[in-house]
Amino acid sequence: MDVEKYITSGILELYIAGTLSDKENLEIANYTKEYPEIQKEIEAIEASILELSRKASPGYNYSFKSLMDRINSEVKVISINEKRGYPLSSYIGLAASVLLAIGIFWMYQQNQDLKSEIQVVEKENIDLEQQIADTDSSLEQTQDLLNTLRDKNINVITLGGQDISPTSYAKAYWNKEDEKVFIDAKGLPEPPDGFVYQVWSLKLSPLTPTSMGLLEDFSTDENKVFALNNPNESEAFGITLEPAGGSESPTLEQLYTLGVVSAS
Amino acid sequence: MQLDLLVDQFKKKDPSAFEKLYGMYSDNICGVINTIVKNDALSQEICQDVFIKIWNNCESYNSSKGRFFTWILNIARNAAIDEIRSRSYKNDKKNLSADYFVGILQNRQEEESSTVDTKGLRDLVKNLKEKCVQIIELLYFRGYTQKDAAEELEIPIGTVKTRNRSCISQLRENMEVK
Repeated sequence: MDVEKYITSGILELYIAGTLSDKENLEIANYTKEYPEIQKEIEAIEASILELSRKASPGYNYSFKSLMDRINSEVKVISINEKRGYPLSSYIGLAASVLLAIGIFWMYQQNQDLKSEIQVVEKENIDLEQQIADTDSSLEQTQDLLNTLRDKNINVITLGGQDISPTSYAKAYWNKEDEKVFIDAKGLPEPPDGFVYQVWSLKLSPLTPTSMGLLEDFSTDENKVFALNNPNESEAFGITLEPAGGSESPTLEQLYTLGVVSAS
Repeated sequence: MQLDLLVDQFKKKDPSAFEKLYGMYSDNICGVINTIVKNDALSQEICQDVFIKIWNNCESYNSSKGRFFTWILNIARNAAIDEIRSRSYKNDKKNLSADYFVGILQNRQEEESSTVDTKGLRDLVKNLKEKCVQIIELLYFRGYTQKDAAEELEIPIGTVKTRNRSCISQLRENMEVK
């Protein structure tokens, strides 16, 4: 190869400018190893451009340290940015917050359910308390009744069933001093609609009935014990079925029970 | 040979090798940028950006494709041209005018505060013909290809190579005279 001609062709100047093809560049790089003149020429050309560019320089105030500081800080900035792309922890955080939201909703639902359950239980409680109160007062009434019946002044008269209803019976508990009679009508059948039992005080000779009153609300009365006033000197008690409202005198055909006061 | 060794170390991300190369070339790179942007402070700023780019892309340099200086020269002028282009949309076209690096001299006569070695530069290019200044500017500081330079200067493409050769020779003589 004619090295001198190659050098003077001007290709090496273009090599420094960087305008040659990859193939030409590689070729020259190989020539530099083979021909020291070419290497030397290249360095001289480069030196002239270096000189020219140095003369155009405004001087350079930045130290190498400040350059490296910037490089290192930019590396850090980049690494922070990379972390900002969604790291695992942000997915975990997202999943945790979704679970938390579901959990809170579930607990809210549970709370609502419990509240309504409490309301139901409270209502049941009130009902039960009412039942207890009712039972208490019922018991009280029963004991009152029992005490009344155990009173020493009580005269017990058994009223036996008559022709119209032989199985019927009743009892009269007569407290003469208090002028009260308690009729236990448990043994009487329920009166048909529009009829009512009427209790009579009887004098036997001559037979004189005196109305003592009606057994009102017979079917709804639980213990079927009725308190009536009796100021009469009764010798017998009778119970007849009468039209609603009662009658002036007893309908003897409808005499259900009758009992004579034993002499005491 | 020592340069090759240095460049090899640099390619392995050796900061001390990079520091030496930086010491060798930072003024030149800054000067290349200044021929394009013609602004001292801006040139220095871009210059630092360019060296960061050089460091971050050190593996991509391949000695079979050219000189190390040619590689960083290319990075520097691309960065400077990008800067000028992005500014041209904002500022008036005056900044874009294709006045050659001697324009630095003209501008500097007004700006006495500049740190550019205007006398040295003037001495270096004083006897260069305008066509030499033009062709050196286009090929080395603007990154023109032979073909682009031929079109720009309206000369045959074969003439670019020879004219550039003679202009660089003149420049080398001027250096030796000094």
